[in-house]
This record gives sequence, C-alpha cells and structure tokens, in this order.
Amino acid sequence: MREDEKKSPQSELDFEGKRASEEIKAEAKAKVEEDVEAKPGLLFVSASPHIRDDVSVPRIMYSVVIALLPALIGAVYFFGARALWLILIAVVTSVVAEALMQKVMHRPITVSDGSAIITGMLLSFNLPGGVPMWMPIVGSVFAIAIGKMVFGGLGYNPLNPALLGRAFLLASWPAHMTTDWTPTITGTMTGFDTVTKATPLGVLQEAHRILADPAATVEKMAQAKEAIEHLSTTYGNLFWGNVSGCIGETSVILLLLGAGYLLYKKFIDWRIPLFYIATVALLTWILGGTGGAFSGDPLFHILAGGLILGAFFMATDMVTTPVTVKGRYIFGLGCGVLTVVIRLWGGYPEGVSYSILFMNAFTPLIDRWTKPRRFGA
Amino acid sequence: MFQRTFKGGAHPPEWKHLTESKPIEDLEIPKRVVVPLQQHLGAPSEAIVQKGDEVKTGQPVSEAKGFVSVPSHASITGKVTAVEPMPHPLGSKAVSVVIEGDGIDVWDEGVRPVENVDQLETKQLCEMIQQAGLAGMGGAAFPTHVKLSPPPEKSIEIAILNGAECEPYLTSDHRLMLEQPEEILYGFRLIMRILGVRRGIIAIEANKPDAVRVLASHVKDVKNVSLVKLPVKYPQGAEKQLIKSLTGREVPPGGLPMDVACLVHNVGTAKAIHDAVTQRKPIVERIVTVTGPGVTEPKNLRVRIGTLFSELITACGGYRGEVGKLVMGGPMMGLAQDRDDVPVIKGTSGILVVDERSASIGSALSCISCARCVDACPMKLVPTVLGKLVEKKRFEEAKASGVQDCIECGCCAFVCPSKINLVHAFKYGKAEIVAMERVTG
Repeated sequence: MREDEKKSPQSELDFEGKRASEEIKAEAKAKVEEDVEAKPGLLFVSASPHIRDDVSVPRIMYSVVIALLPALIGAVYFFGARALWLILIAVVTSVVAEALMQKVMHRPITVSDGSAIITGMLLSFNLPGGVPMWMPIVGSVFAIAIGKMVFGGLGYNPLNPALLGRAFLLASWPAHMTTDWTPTITGTMTGFDTVTKATPLGVLQEAHRILADPAATVEKMAQAKEAIEHLSTTYGNLFWGNVSGCIGETSVILLLLGAGYLLYKKFIDWRIPLFYIATVALLTWILGGTGGAFSGDPLFHILAGGLILGAFFMATDMVTTPVTVKGRYIFGLGCGVLTVVIRLWGGYPEGVSYSILFMNAFTPLIDRWTKPRRFGA
Repeated sequence: MFQRTFKGGAHPPEWKHLTESKPIEDLEIPKRVVVPLQQHLGAPSEAIVQKGDEVKTGQPVSEAKGFVSVPSHASITGKVTAVEPMPHPLGSKAVSVVIEGDGIDVWDEGVRPVENVDQLETKQLCEMIQQAGLAGMGGAAFPTHVKLSPPPEKSIEIAILNGAECEPYLTSDHRLMLEQPEEILYGFRLIMRILGVRRGIIAIEANKPDAVRVLASHVKDVKNVSLVKLPVKYPQGAEKQLIKSLTGREVPPGGLPMDVACLVHNVGTAKAIHDAVTQRKPIVERIVTVTGPGVTEPKNLRVRIGTLFSELITACGGYRGEVGKLVMGGPMMGLAQDRDDVPVIKGTSGILVVDERSASIGSALSCISCARCVDACPMKLVPTVLGKLVEKKRFEEAKASGVQDCIECGCCAFVCPSKINLVHAFKYGKAEIVAMERVTG
C-alpha cells in the first residue's frame, strides 16, 4: 500500500512515476494521431466527462495571490517601503529560480501557473522587517530548488516550500531571523511599548522565563507580571497589525479578509484553520497562564504571531496537507498542539511554521489512516 | 424543508433551457433503419429474419437468447436488406438488421390493445415486457423483466420512479413527464403490482417544477405513491445516490438496489411498460434530446429505433460550426462517437454536440492534491489516489481501494483543476482488473 507516494520524500519514485506517466501519455497521443491519420473523417473521441469546470490550477493560485494582497498592503503600511522590497525580491527570485530549474531539468516552464509567486509572497511575509536584502533571495532559492523542484515541481513537494525556506533561514542565520524586528510606522513594537526590541510573543516568552526563574529579583518579576498584563491590553493593535513581527503576519483583519475570499471561493477548506485555531485557543487557555490551569489568554495567542497567516494560508496549502476529510481535522488539531507546545515550552517564542512543516511530513500517513468509509461499506 | 441527500456530487452548468420548453416532435419515419441485435446489457439476441424478408413495424426481428436478453423489433415497415455488422454507438460494429422502407407504416398484427390487463398474472406481465424488448430507457439498458423478477429471497419494499434526469442538457425525461404523465404513472403502478410493493416514490429534481406539478396532481389521490422533489445536484439520478437520498439506505459495494429492498426504474421505462402491457407495443421508438452548442436548433425528438444520428442532426438544422465531439447521452457520462452514421438505440436518451472549444481536453497538469475530487466523489472514494495507482499500474491496490465501486459519474474529472482524465483512468483500471481476474481465475 503506497498510495501516499505523491508526498513521499523518496523523490526517485516520483521521478520514475512521472516519467512513466509522461511516456504513456506520449505513446497514447502518438497512437491517437496515428489512428486519426489512418482513418480521416472520424470525429474526435475521449472518455467522459465531456465538460469541465472552469476552475483551473492557475485560477486557484492567482486567487491565493489576490487573497494575500490585503496583507501585502498592510505589510507596506506598517513596515514601510522596505517591506515592499523584501516581498518583490522574494517573488521575483522565486519565479526566476523556478524557471531556471525547469530549464536545467528539461521540463516545461510552468511559472505562469502562479504557484512560485505564492511561495515568494509567503516566504517574505515570514521575514522580520529588518533582515538584509539577500535573505529573501537565499530563502526563495532554497524554497523553490530544495523545497519544490527536486521533488518534481508543483504537486510533488512533501513540505510547504515557503516554510521550508523560512526554516532554512532560521537555522542558518538565527540572529537575523530572531532579532531584526522593526517597529511599525507609528513606532510601536508590542503595541504598548516602543522600548522593547521584541515582538509581543517574544515579550511574553521572556516574561514567562523570568517568572519561572527562581533566581529572578522581585523587581524583575514585578516587571514581567506587568508586561503580561500590558499584552492583554493590546488586542486592538494586534487585530489591526500595529505591532512588530514578520511583515506579513501582523494584521489579523487583513489576513482574514483574504481568507474569507478563499473560503467563499471554496479554494481553502474551513476545517484545518478552524481546528488549528480552536486547538491553540483551548490549550493556551488551559495551560498558558501563570495562575494555574485555565488562566491563559487564548485571544492573545490567536491574534499574536503568525497563527492567522499560518492557519489560513500555509496549513491549507493543497499539495502538502491531507486530502481526506477526517485527515483535515487531524492536521489542524496536530498543528495546534505543536504550536502551543513550542510557544509555551519551546526554544522559540513562535511555533507556527515548524508545526505546519512537522504535520506536512505526516500528511501521507494521515491520508492512509483516514481513508473514508466507502459508500455502502 | 431539510432534504436528505447523498454526500459529494457536483454542480455542472445545466444547459437544459436549450430544450426544456420544446414539446416533443415526431421525426418523419425514416426510409432506412439499422436495428442492432444488441441494444441491452446481457446476451445479444438472435436474428429471426433474413435478407429479403418483408417486415412490419413492431414485428420482432430477433429473439432473446436466454433470460438476460431481449429481442429487437422492426421499427419501420419494409424489406430487410442486410443482417450484418454495422457501426454501433457503443463502439465498433455489431450485427444489425437493416430495413429499407417504402414510407408506409403498417403495424404488426401482434400490436393490439390488451383487454384484461387486470387479470394477467405477474409472470405473464413479465413475459409481455420481455417480448416487447424492454431494456432500461435511462441509458444503462438492463433488461427490464429481469429487474422485475428479483430472486425470491430478496423482498422489495420500495419501488422508485426515477425522473431526476440529472445529466446536464438532457430533457427527454422531462418532456415525457410533462406530456405523458398518465402513461408513466400507469406503468409505475404496474411495476409496483408486479413486485408486490406497497410503497412507491416518484423522484424529480427541483429544476423541473412544471413536471413536479403535473405528476403531483396525478398522484394526489393515488394510494401508496408519493412524490419527492430532490435538490439539484449531479449525480442525483444515479441509482445508488437516488436510493440514499430517498431512503437513507446505501447499496453495498458490488451490490444491487434489491440488496436494500429497493428497485429503481426510469420514467421512460415506465412509459414503455405501459405500452408493452396495454397495447403489446414493443420498443420501436424513443425520445431523444438533440442538443448542445454544436447543433443549430436543439430539439426533443420522438424517433424510430435505428434512425441514424446524422438524420436527427439534419432534423435539427444540422451542425453549427466544426463538430468538437459527438456524444451519445449527456456530457457527464455520455459516450463520444467517432462517426455520426450510428443508429439510435433503446438507451439513446440524448445526442450532444459540443463545439471545439469545450471538446479540447487540454494537457493535464500534475495533481496538486486539492482534494476537490475527494469532496465530489459520491461513492466516497479518493479519486486522486486511485488515479495515481492506476497510472502506475498498481491494479491490486486500486482494487483494494475500491476502484470497482466507481460509477463513472465524472464528478472527479469535472472538478479537477489539473484537468486529469480520472474517469478514463478508472475505466482502464477496471478493465485491467477484470482481465487480470479472468487470467488468474
């Protein structure tokens, strides 16, 4: 039973399968042409259905691009022209990298399908505003070349390419990726504070660290408690996006605007984002507080960091998430659990991207475990 | 009101407005007909006429070979000019009786009103139905009398009259329901009588409100028969999905409706049962919707069996533009034809001509696992995975994953954004599995 092969990291098999199918197609085409030539006057035949829906891969991809535009505008509004440059560089690099790879690999050039544009946008959305300009280039090349093309291109990559690119940057240049935060145009970092050089989730993590440290001074502990209280007063800024963070992740309202469009078009499934966000909310409420169980702040955890961007735009990536209905619930649940574990007890303040990548790796297994009950069975 | 339905399905554009308001027109009796000896599922019938014989309309030209078989009948009056393989709409060639007529339509003496229908026994009724050559008029063309003779261990509780007509473009059942509701209902009550069932359901999709109204007024005072208006969703008229929507019961994989005590008959079949039993009239004609963007003037035509497709097209003003594809049946499940000199058979519910633009299949992109096919599959299969298994010729696994459950409704391929020819793959996979089992079995 290897129906999961499409997502198997064993690229060799995929290549073989792909090549075989292309050969079969070429042979079939040659045969059809031969037959038609042999018997002129015959009408064209093919298997049913004889009509097709007008939804195509490019249409889906460009709809996602459109859905990301509000957040793009928000990124430029909150973090200035530099954000626009980061995004443009990432998008152009992704498209060029994909075209070059396809040329080198002697494959049809399919960059016009729009998928590389999405990879570039999502990668840049996941960068702090202050990273050097070569980082979107390196990240995009890695995302496209290693994350996508070596597996056979669109449809064959097991992991989300943009997230893989981000993970590569985070592992290789952690200082840039964790400290190059820039304040918003209005000068705020955390929504209540312009002094701290951290994101809201970073402040929260630091405060929790101090509170858990037996050697911390009374003064420091009081400051930490105050910081946590302050965070709960900044929902508005978090909602609008007026806080520091990765450039495309901060504005909840603008991301939801795009997500609503995709939900309406049925290009993303509601199950994964709903279960993802609900799981994060529930677990942070139960486990995320300093005053025992059920003292956490679920709303803060939903609004802060990259959860909304991740849940609606990356955990819903068609290629790397389960195809079965039950699998989508499990995927969302798993992402939520992992995100909370990393946020509350991990080394990073944010855990969205690693959670999704981790669950991507489980997608073939989830699909296999959750085969739907056949009609009548 | 909340309406139960089946899971999955798709909403292809309906295009029924081209013909739904056009009354059925009688096509002029053709000068020449090609009547295939096999127009049904099961064993082909055997010719009982030879070249040179004179035949009258309604006269049998072949006899059933075994129980799962029905005879064919002369559909015009004239002389048999050939009994030989001729092009057949189900592919390739099949032995057919070619009759050339003189324009005079004289009916066989066997076709005459039956007086004592109420006294006839079930067995006699079934015989009359077989002799009239009845095979399901919905398209699959399974011999009707076989369906009406379930094995004694299977009791049937519910008879269902299928007026869903969920295929886009087709309106032949719709028009029949509007124009001959009494005959349909009579046939349906005969079905119920033969099966001894006390519950009958007439099912019509909500996009035919006039047909719903007409039949509702006819069943108002009929005991045990109810009418259900079904939500518009393809493939609502597929047997298993229809039963699920109406009763909540699921026919098991590889099973038949009788396994859940149901039986489904098409409205056209019910009408034909009426004709067969009250007048001993065999199937010599049927209603065909000739439609699509490639037809000048789409119509609903009542035509003699054996009339060539080309004559129907001519009667509809000829082709419009280049012919993209010529299809027997609807766009979702119909069979593409490589030539238009094939005859109308008992299962020809429509002739669809699509223009070049809609016929171009384009090149399939790779699967992006969007799961639209998974959500659309009314059999709750995972088409994307099945398609890949077949593509890699892993037939055993495809079988284990249920490829043989596939009803080839076309929903998966219709919604696929990569335009992958999934139904083609499944047809191929199923054929390979059958061949494999024949070798090993």
